[in-house]
Formats: sequence, structure tokens, C-alpha cells
Amino acid sequence: MNREDIVKPENKVVSRPRLLNDNVMHYCPGCGHGVVHKLVAEVIDEMGLDKTGAVAIAPVGCAVFAYNYIDVDWIEAAHGRAPAVATAVKRLWPKKLVFTYQGDGDLSAIGTGEAIHAANRGENIAIIFINNGIYGMTGGQMSPTTLEGMKTSTTPYGRRVDLNGYPLAITDIFAQLDGTCYVTRQAVNDAAAVRKTKNAIKKAFQNSMDGLGTSVVEVVSQCNSGWKMSPVKSNEWLVEHMEAKYPLGDLKNNTPKK
Amino acid sequence: MSNNGTKGDVVLMKGNEAIAHAAVRYGCDGYFGYPITPQSEVLETLEALMPWETTGMVVLQAESELASINMVYAGAATGKAVFTSSSSPGISLMQEGISYIAAGELPALIVNVMRGGPGLGTIHPSQSDYFQATKGGGHGDYHLIVLAPKSVQEMADFVGLGFDLAFKYRTPAMILVDGMVGQMMEKVVLPPQRPRRTDEEVLEQCPWAATGDADKRGRNNIITTLELDSHVMEKNNERFQETYRRIEANEVRYEEYMTDDAEWLMVAFGSMARISQAAIHTAREAGIKVGLLRPITLWPFPYERISELSRQVKGILVPEMNAGQMIEDVRLATEGRVPVKHCGRMGGIIPSPSEVLTALNSLIEVK
Ligand SMILES: Cc1ncc(C[n+]2csc(CCOP(=O)(O)OP(=O)(O)O)c2C)c(N)n1
Ligand code: SF4
Repeated sequence: MNREDIVKPENKVVSRPRLLNDNVMHYCPGCGHGVVHKLVAEVIDEMGLDKTGAVAIAPVGCAVFAYNYIDVDWIEAAHGRAPAVATAVKRLWPKKLVFTYQGDGDLSAIGTGEAIHAANRGENIAIIFINNGIYGMTGGQMSPTTLEGMKTSTTPYGRRVDLNGYPLAITDIFAQLDGTCYVTRQAVNDAAAVRKTKNAIKKAFQNSMDGLGTSVVEVVSQCNSGWKMSPVKSNEWLVEHMEAKYPLGDLKNNTPKK
Repeated sequence: MSNNGTKGDVVLMKGNEAIAHAAVRYGCDGYFGYPITPQSEVLETLEALMPWETTGMVVLQAESELASINMVYAGAATGKAVFTSSSSPGISLMQEGISYIAAGELPALIVNVMRGGPGLGTIHPSQSDYFQATKGGGHGDYHLIVLAPKSVQEMADFVGLGFDLAFKYRTPAMILVDGMVGQMMEKVVLPPQRPRRTDEEVLEQCPWAATGDADKRGRNNIITTLELDSHVMEKNNERFQETYRRIEANEVRYEEYMTDDAEWLMVAFGSMARISQAAIHTAREAGIKVGLLRPITLWPFPYERISELSRQVKGILVPEMNAGQMIEDVRLATEGRVPVKHCGRMGGIIPSPSEVLTALNSLIEVK
């Protein structure tokens, strides 16, 4: 029996988004990256942005291979530099959708400068920021967004603020910059959260096309491998701990209601 | 700022200003830079020229050289003709990005108006980034095409040449020049204004570029420098090396002065070539038959011609504004046939023609 025998048009309820390539994803089961990829692919398709044209900027992090999964043009940036890359692309190709996709190490550690300055200049780009509180790709080291007390491979006894500083809610800073038009924090731990995240991505992409300034969509996400938890347990832990420090909702919404 | 330099005019301006004017006139699409002495006039001139209102060229003062070079990487990845300029410490900060541009097989131009180092160093002229520019600089096996102007005219001319070579070979090119040429004013004939390529022309010329036209093209373009399969990564490297061999075969440029009857040779680039020329005049008056070879491309380096000349002359002097960097390449070219002697000053001091002459005389005496 093969896939076609089981999945017939009449019993198909949900399908792979048209722009999500049929490649085997390298993400761990339960990881938030895959879900956000699917949403990005859906939104680009639904808004017809692949027709007007999109250039996506991949980070260094687990999502470095995002370019293998979403069927638009991609530029893979050096670690942390995606907002600088996006700045130049959008200024040189102002009619295209330009967005970055970055982890918390990429955006809130090594790339803080580029992210803050791109947002402060009000570049007409969208930043999708996957905050899983850890460096997934390099094997689970502490990131600036790692919670106090959280064990990682470089904080084996838990993050201590006296040694490592405080968890950084960088999205709060974006909301204070005059260059940003829309700043929101969402999650992908259940169906309702996924739906809200999709709407947020849609709004951010529309803002980029309308030239309203920088939009930041933080997605509080799971790294069950780095957290060393089952997918189910990480979803629960995310709600209980991550959302306590990084509460969900819009931090800024200056965009005209459509 | 000096002059707008309309077509065909001979104008007087600084080398750094000439770079800016020449870029606009070349039809350059974008400049991204961060202030640093002695090259800030490039950004200042571009901001004053406001080319976004005439040719549509983008000019942006970035938050750092790190951002600038990654903006250049980005523009190049989309097939646009973009460049940045900086001076030594800023160029050091850019090295990761330059390596990415080389690995991404992207055409871009980087201008380094050198000052004395190491460290924060001095703001005065130097040639101490020769190693960095010609031997790699960033990580990995790569080369930049390195052009070394000696005059304000060449500052203007090499902008177009740099872009043309970068696009021809899909590899980054660098203008490597000491701060003296950046700061001094000379007469220059600026190139005529060319229109920027239309977006359609960019798509046609750069079918590999990530322009956001996956739908139109029928396939998506990905610019990445990551390849986890070492066997494929080795193949990528072999392709880069093949490009470098083609550049070495086709693009070596140099200039000779009084070498026909020369018994002694000087090899010098940039300002040092002009200072050496002054020393050669005095030496010739005293009956010393000395000539000059000035490498215009520092990479690819004119090994072959220097090798030939090393069979003709009795000794070679290499005047540089550094502790002796290019001299290593001159020695490689001569294969020990004749004595090769360094003469130079460091830390932003410019050697005088008489210092060069003294060094030449001591080379001749020792011999
Ligand atoms: C200049 C540089 N420094 C360090 C690295 C190594 N590195 C690769 S990914 C990464 C962290 C990624 O973490 P994050 O952005 O949180 O993404 P995640 O993998 O969790 O999705 C690091 C430090 C690198 N590639 N480049
Ligand atoms: S390591 Fe973490 S972030 Fe990376 S794929 Fe696995 S779960 Fe996702």
C-alpha cells in the first residue's frame, strides 16, 4: 500500500502547503521550527507573495536549512547578520517581500546590533524570531533568553543570573523603537496558538509590503532535544515556564486595521 | 567637496571622492559603509551627491563594518553591483563577511584605504594590509582580485575595473590603496555616466541571483555557503580554485618604468611606486641604470615578469610602507637569483625618495 492508496482527494482534510518542498525535514520531532515553516509557506501562498516575489534570509542555527523547505529565493546569512542582509535586499528590491527567520542565539546574542539597528531604521522587513531559549544547533548551550535556573550544556547547574546575567526579553526592546510598526509574541504549542501565529506572520508580511516599518514576530518555541524533554512535556513546560517570562500577545500594533 | 565633475571634465579632487563619483557614474546599485579615517570622504561624497535621486543608487550609513559587509554580501547575492569602503581596522572586522562573499561566488567591490596598524594604530598612510588582502584575510582557501591604484585617476578607473572583474569571475575584488592616494588631490577625468542596469537586465545577467523571482524563473535560487557533505565541499573548493587559476592566467596587470636597460630593479605599488620613481630619476642622473616594476594587480601577482627581470638585473629593491610584505612575493618570483632587499617605514610614516635612494645605494655597494 502506498501513500496514494490511503490519501484520496475525498478523504484529504489537510495538505502540505504548495510552497513547502517535499524534502525530509532535519528538525527533531516536536520542534517548533517545522510548524513555523509550514505557516510561513502557507502565508506566502495565500497572500500571493511568491508571485510578486519574496527573498527570505536564513540564519545560522537549526533553521539554517530553511532554504531547503520553503520554495522561494533564499540568502543564507552569517550568524546574526540576517537583518543587515535583509536591509540591503529590501532597499535594492523594494517591491519584494523580505523577511528574516532567526533563532534566539542568532538574533539576541551575536546579532543584537544588526537586529536593533535594522528595526530602529524602520526597514520594511519582517523578522520572525524563534525563541526556544537555547542554542539548538550547536548542542544546547545557554542563550541570552535561557531562563533563570534552566540547565543547558554551558550552565550544567542551571543559569545563574550572578554569573550569566538575566534572561533577555529582546522583543520588549523592539516594541520601544520608533522604527517598528508591529511587535508581537506568539507560540506554536497548540492549535489555537498556531492559528494566532499564522495571523501574526500574515500581518508582518503585509506591513513589509506596505512599507510601514519593521515587524517582529517572536515565536516562543520548543527545543525538546535541547531541553531534554519529550515533545508533550516540552509543550507543557513552555506554557508553564517560557510564557511566564515571555508572555504572549501584541507588544505594539501601529498598523492600520485592514 | 570639490566638484561635480560633469562628463569629460578634468576635475580636481581627492582619491576618496573620485571613488564615490566613479561608482555613481559606473551605474553602481548600492554603497554600504561606516566612517573611518582616512576614507570617510567616500560615504560623505556619496551622501552629498544623493545618487538615489538621479541614478537610483542606494547609499546607507550602516551601524558597523560588520553590517556593511553583510549588506554588500546581500546586494551581491541579488545580482546588484554593490560596494563598501573602509580602512584597516574596519576591513579586519569585515573578514568573515568577505570570506562568505568569496564562498558564495558573489561579485562585489571592497575598498581598503590603508592606515598604519596593528591595532587601532594611526590614521596615516600605510601598506601594511598587503598580507591580509593578498593571502586571504578571512578563513578558508580563497583569493580576492586586488587592485592597487597609484593616483586619483586610477582610483576612479579601478572602480569600474573592479566591478567588471568581480562580475566576470563572480568573485570579490578589492581596491587596496594607502591613505595617501585616498587623501591627496589630483586632476582626474571621470568616466561618463552610465545608466544602472534595469531589474530585468540584472535577472538576465545574473540567472543565479536570489532576486525574489522564483515564480517567474520556475525554480528558486539559494545563495548559501554551507555544505555539510565534505565531498561536495571539496568539489566546491576545486571550482573556486579553477576560477583563481583563470584569473591568474588572464588578469595579471603591471606597469614598467625604465626597465629596458635596467641593471637594478625596484618593485613597488601605490604611492611607493611614485616615490620610487622620483628616486629612480636621481639615480639615473648619477648614472645608475635602475627601473621600476609596479604591480597593478597585487593578486594575481606578476610573478612571471619579475622572474624574467630577475635574470636581467643585479639586484631588486622593494620599497614598501610596511615591515616587508610584498617582498615575500618578489622573492618567490626571483627564486634566489639576485639579492632582494626591503626598504620601508612603518606606522604611517611615508619613506622619502632620498631614503629609497640610500637603500638602493647600499644594495649596490653590498653587491
Ligand atoms: C560566527 C559564528 N559563531 C558561532 C557559530 C556557531 N553556531 C552555529 S548555530 C549557533 C547557535 C544557534 O542558536 P539559535 O540562534 O538559538 O538557533 P536554534 O539552533 O536554537 O534554532 C552557534 C553559536 C557560527 N556558525 N558562526
Ligand atoms: S535541536 Fe532543538 S531547535 Fe534544533 S531541530 Fe532539534 S528541537 Fe528543533
